[in-house]
Amino acid sequence: MGLDFTVIPQYLDIVLWGALWTILITLGAATVSFIGGMFLAVIALYAPLLVRLPFRAFAFLFMGTPLLLQLFLIYFGLVQVGIDVPAVMAGIIGLGLHFAVYNSELFQTGILAVDKGQVEAARTVGLSRMQALRKVVVPQAVRDVIPPIGNNMISLLKDSALVSVIGVSELTLSAQRAIGSTYRPFEFYVLVAVIYYIINLFMEAVQRRVERRVQASR
Amino acid sequence: MKDEGDHMTDQKPFVDIRHAQKSYGTLEVLKDINLQVQKGQIVAIIGPSGSGKSTLLRAINDLDPLTGGEVWLEDKQINKNLPHRQYEKHINLVRQEIGMVFQHFNLFPHLTVRGNVTLAPKMLKGLSDVEANTLAEAQLDKVGMLERIDYYPSQLSGGQKQRVAIARALAMNPKVMLFDEATSALDPELVEEVNLVMKKLAEEHMTMIIVTHEMSFAESVCDRVLFMDQGVVVEEGPPEVMFRNPTSDRTKEFLRKHLAGQHP
Ligand SMILES: Nc1ncnc2c1ncn2[C@@H]1O[C@H](COP(=O)(O)OP(=O)(O)O)[C@@H](O)[C@H]1O
Ligand SMILES: [Mg+2]
Repeated sequence: MGLDFTVIPQYLDIVLWGALWTILITLGAATVSFIGGMFLAVIALYAPLLVRLPFRAFAFLFMGTPLLLQLFLIYFGLVQVGIDVPAVMAGIIGLGLHFAVYNSELFQTGILAVDKGQVEAARTVGLSRMQALRKVVVPQAVRDVIPPIGNNMISLLKDSALVSVIGVSELTLSAQRAIGSTYRPFEFYVLVAVIYYIINLFMEAVQRRVERRVQASR
Repeated sequence: MKDEGDHMTDQKPFVDIRHAQKSYGTLEVLKDINLQVQKGQIVAIIGPSGSGKSTLLRAINDLDPLTGGEVWLEDKQINKNLPHRQYEKHINLVRQEIGMVFQHFNLFPHLTVRGNVTLAPKMLKGLSDVEANTLAEAQLDKVGMLERIDYYPSQLSGGQKQRVAIARALAMNPKVMLFDEATSALDPELVEEVNLVMKKLAEEHMTMIIVTHEMSFAESVCDRVLFMDQGVVVEEGPPEVMFRNPTSDRTKEFLRKHLAGQHP
């Protein structure tokens, strides 16, 4: 049987709803990964050993095991200990924490790369260690790691497809549903690929815009 | 401007460094240094590279804590012995009263000129945006940088950066200003604009301690000159004596080499 793209319009709303969920999950997880990543970076660099160690173990766990397993653990595993996390939330948390660990590495590099004279200047006018970190070091570190963080966020978008395994009707799973009724895998997978690509382009555009905006502040 | 500071021994010193000693491991960088600066006095510290000038200056606001001796500002000991938390509080307050200007400016590149000058007053003195702005405008006007208030540091020349750095320090209304080779990183044609700002502060009787390689500038603004070498103050005195008729052979040697270097 040949290709027939005319089946698409009838199922387009299902797919677009899926796309919307993918965008929401990506945005949510990106936020978690950003804030969590910065938190982990500051802990890793400045917290006393006793605080640092458990977080390091956590980071090790999230880096060293498959994301799929982490999603299963949060969604199916936590129920057993009485924590019932809705699938979408489990997806956002799982993806978010997974990428927080990767972002943390970038933020750490960024923080360490900020010139020592910056902290000295901040301390000299009377800022405390924390104030200097918050107002002087972290903003510069964030500015400097925008490109690699952007790359991580694009990986996050792609990995959001994994959230389908815990039953969230995001883009990939909605396509599978449409395929289930139409038996037209090629057409729908191509459609979904195009949609991922468009979201991707959009994210790259945002990243370029942010980079242009911080250009003068180097 | 030159008010014979040497003879004002009846007055209590404003900045008082007593028996300052600093070691990095076995390397002794400051060896029993004493320096008293009266209010409104301007002291220049000269000496070869590595002689401990920066270390001494940075001991005053505790950026490089001493390993021995005391530093006093008015009736407060700066490097006093306190439990860590209390010490941090104490030192943060003390530092508000001591302005410092670095060789490499150390402006905050992610903030505009306005942001650089208003950051500390807003965070530490609780100034509102409007108040902080008024303050920033006044300080920037003083250093001739008002028209660049919305620029980022990357858009300024070295001399302009240093003038903004001075305004940033002045915005905290410090009691004393420390300059660590403020013009050494500048192209020669940009040195004068920074010197002029420093002269203006001198005319306003700001207490200043200036580490410098510019002998003619030191001679024209300072009340007293210290010559340091290998962690000790070899000789000190009024500029006319120090530059024209020094006693120590090491001072003579340094000045001779230095002047030769300046006019190749
Ligand atoms: N963090 C440090 N660790 C070890 N030695 C240092 C450190 N900082 C400065 N020194 C040494 O202390 C001496 C004095 O340095 P410094 O005060 O910077 O001299 P100056 O400002 O007169 O050029 C130099 O020999 C320098 O190598
Ligand atoms: Mg120096």
